[in-house]
Amino acid sequence: MLRQANPFPKVDCDLHLTLPTTSELLPFLDDYWHEQVTSRGIDRLELTGDISNLPAAIRPDWRGPATLERVQTCALDAFDTDIAICNCLYGAQAVYNADLAAALCGAMNDWLVANWLSKDERLRASIIVPWQHPELAAKEIERRAPDRRFVQVLLMVLGDRPLGQRSMWPIYAAAEAHGLPIGVHAGSTYRFAPWTNGWPSYHIEDQAAQSVGFQTQLLSMITEGVFKEFPKLRVVLTESGVTWLPSFLWRIDKLWRGLRMEVPWVKRPPSEIVAEHVRLTMQPFDGPKDPQIVREMIEQIGEEMMLFSTDFPHWNFEQAEFAPTGFDADLMNRLRTGNPLKTYPRLQETS
Amino acid sequence: MPKERVGLVSEIPPGSNKVVTVRGREIAVFNVGGDFHALLNRCPHEGAKLSRGIIVGLPESEVPGCYQLSRPGEILRCPWHGWEFDLRTGKSHCDPQGLFTRQYKTSVERETSPDSCGDAGLTAETFPVIVEEAVVLVEV
Amino acid sequence: MTSVIESPSAGAVTKVDAGIIDCDVHPLPKDSKSLYPYLARSWQEHSEQFGTHLRQPFINTTQYPRTAPLICRRDAWPPAGGPPGSDLAFMQQQHLDPFHILKAILIPLFGNVASERNQDFARALATAHNDWQVAEWLDRDARLRASLVVTQDDPVAAVKEIERCARDGRFVQIMLAPRSSEPLGRRRYWPIYEAAQAYGLPLGIHSYGIGGHASTGGGWPSFYMEEHYATTMGGPAVMSSMVMEGVFEEFPALKVVLVEIGFAWVPSFAWRLDRLWERLGDEVPHLTRPPSDYIRKNFWYTTQPMEEPAKPEALRRCFDWLGWDRLLFSTDYPHWDQDDPSYAFKVKLSPAERKQICRGNAENLYRF
Repeated sequence: MLRQANPFPKVDCDLHLTLPTTSELLPFLDDYWHEQVTSRGIDRLELTGDISNLPAAIRPDWRGPATLERVQTCALDAFDTDIAICNCLYGAQAVYNADLAAALCGAMNDWLVANWLSKDERLRASIIVPWQHPELAAKEIERRAPDRRFVQVLLMVLGDRPLGQRSMWPIYAAAEAHGLPIGVHAGSTYRFAPWTNGWPSYHIEDQAAQSVGFQTQLLSMITEGVFKEFPKLRVVLTESGVTWLPSFLWRIDKLWRGLRMEVPWVKRPPSEIVAEHVRLTMQPFDGPKDPQIVREMIEQIGEEMMLFSTDFPHWNFEQAEFAPTGFDADLMNRLRTGNPLKTYPRLQETS
Repeated sequence: MPKERVGLVSEIPPGSNKVVTVRGREIAVFNVGGDFHALLNRCPHEGAKLSRGIIVGLPESEVPGCYQLSRPGEILRCPWHGWEFDLRTGKSHCDPQGLFTRQYKTSVERETSPDSCGDAGLTAETFPVIVEEAVVLVEV
Repeated sequence: MTSVIESPSAGAVTKVDAGIIDCDVHPLPKDSKSLYPYLARSWQEHSEQFGTHLRQPFINTTQYPRTAPLICRRDAWPPAGGPPGSDLAFMQQQHLDPFHILKAILIPLFGNVASERNQDFARALATAHNDWQVAEWLDRDARLRASLVVTQDDPVAAVKEIERCARDGRFVQIMLAPRSSEPLGRRRYWPIYEAAQAYGLPLGIHSYGIGGHASTGGGWPSFYMEEHYATTMGGPAVMSSMVMEGVFEEFPALKVVLVEIGFAWVPSFAWRLDRLWERLGDEVPHLTRPPSDYIRKNFWYTTQPMEEPAKPEALRRCFDWLGWDRLLFSTDYPHWDQDDPSYAFKVKLSPAERKQICRGNAENLYRF
């Protein structure tokens, strides 16, 4: 069982592991899918839209396979982390066959338990779900929820449809029922062009598009009434960039005044809804070099809004600095302990 | 406060408004289902003339996807940005404490006047008639 | 210099600067045949028999129902008939005269020229739009300036149209749609940029276009409230593409005006691009400077729809980070979300700051 005696744990809300190939998941697949995977060569489902698969985006001293030992040394011990949430973006979340997706997501969650959660008490994980088919995704949430080491449900920011749409709601219903926040992580299944003007030439442009994707998807969740329907639901925007938040809220608060008649269940200014239901991990912050401006941005964003993350092994830290320029020690404490404990109910549980 | 004459009740049927200028202030008087409400004719947001907005109901919802339209004819949507104002109070729906337009008190009184029949010269004999008509007044 | 004028929309005496340059005004034709005098007979026939051919579900309206008919403010319908923006006399009376507008830049969006799939028809429409602007607007009011309409998917034809119209100095910018077939930085569009630089014409990239891509990277949203925001995100799409493709290395004097695509998103987006470039810059070795350098030097922004943060001073800081010389006042007349110059700024500006944004920056950029 869980041992979490420390009432003030230091939490890392986003780290990444080297994922298995599909053949490593065979022990967790039933006979049918076992044979499908082996006979058809269904393997190598690494995602174009996951920055983990872009070697240039990995911090130079963190390159190489993110094995358990490497994660323990570089991510957990190095930051004196007590609890870390593993977020796995996997091809299962992008295949078009929803049944295959469900089989692979289930196997992936089994693999996480067997190879990671059972091997280091500090590790927690997000449930990987076949969000292509929200009812199947809800089933996977039901199946994993009893294991308290799963602390949130993981989605990618850009997938089959706008995240707020009602067809997605079975996922939110299951998550809310089990006290699991929805972690919306950067990444795309490339169902749609990353930008409203199409497919750009470079990876760097796809990455730039992610923070805009977060804005439109958060707006979808607000306008569709997700937080009205699921008043206890929390959403953690992970690897979203942070500094876009204030100007986004200025604009949608103003739009709401003129257009709320279109979405009359949105009864409060969107900024209030976001303050209550939404948090963001702090890497990447997307801040300027000037620490004074960083502090102004933090004030506009609100200290309570951010959660500490190393985003290991992605290269988002400035050099090897522990905190970005302009983040002081008190703020870092809040981001590492107070804010995560308030966001993830399961982190407060002790055995 | 002095009462200013806005016009005959019959001039402002339900759902319409009449604008009067009183000591430099433009005031829009709306007939809301037979009740008269007078508002400063200027949106507190960007200054549009509220008299040019549309009169609508209030869309409400407790459950996403379930729409109700209440208070038909009592809400004014600004002609520009569409911000909603309660015609009965002048307050904006989204920020009633922070954003509102000034409201003035109205009353309806009977006014008597000689019949203004103008074709008297065409008839051989006329009879003086006193008509009693309802007029709208606003206190400014 | 300031003077006291009557603002008709406000219904009150309001102090505004004497002399505004309005960088976004939308003219409309009176009816569907208004462009016919400027179209060859065969294209008039085509228009009758086939109409437009766009990448969207509806023939006669936009993908998402707007908040008001024709997207327009409800008090801008001319008393003499016709849609808002179609009657010069009424535009003068309602807008140009009372706000003391010295120059107004017309941006004719109605024909969807940038998005028409039939390229021959698009070429004919572009020419007709430009000739119509000259004859019906520029020649009738000396305050008006035009945006040069081109077929952006056919840059060869676009350059010819630029060469044809640029002789008339009243065309002050080349109009492009941010929702394009491909991201605007891609090399297929570079001949247009070469011509723009050669003629010293800024690009006026106004929020519009039907490029065939979902309006967000996550698909098609449900509501106009989302679509309104998604159109604004065409701004970062254009900026990212033009900067990363090296457009400003090739055309360093090119000026880009983002019209009605917001401005408050720019500082954080520029910081994001810089941080990404520090790590992934090897992928774009043609860039010699951080992305924010190109953004600071080559981009301008119109102000409407104005941002209204709860703490108005945050807007001032936003202007600081953008650069006060980058902001161009615009009303978006006669659209529903237009700004009134007397009310638009919820932060207190000094007379000099106000004059810079409402007039000075546009005079410098467009060489008025």
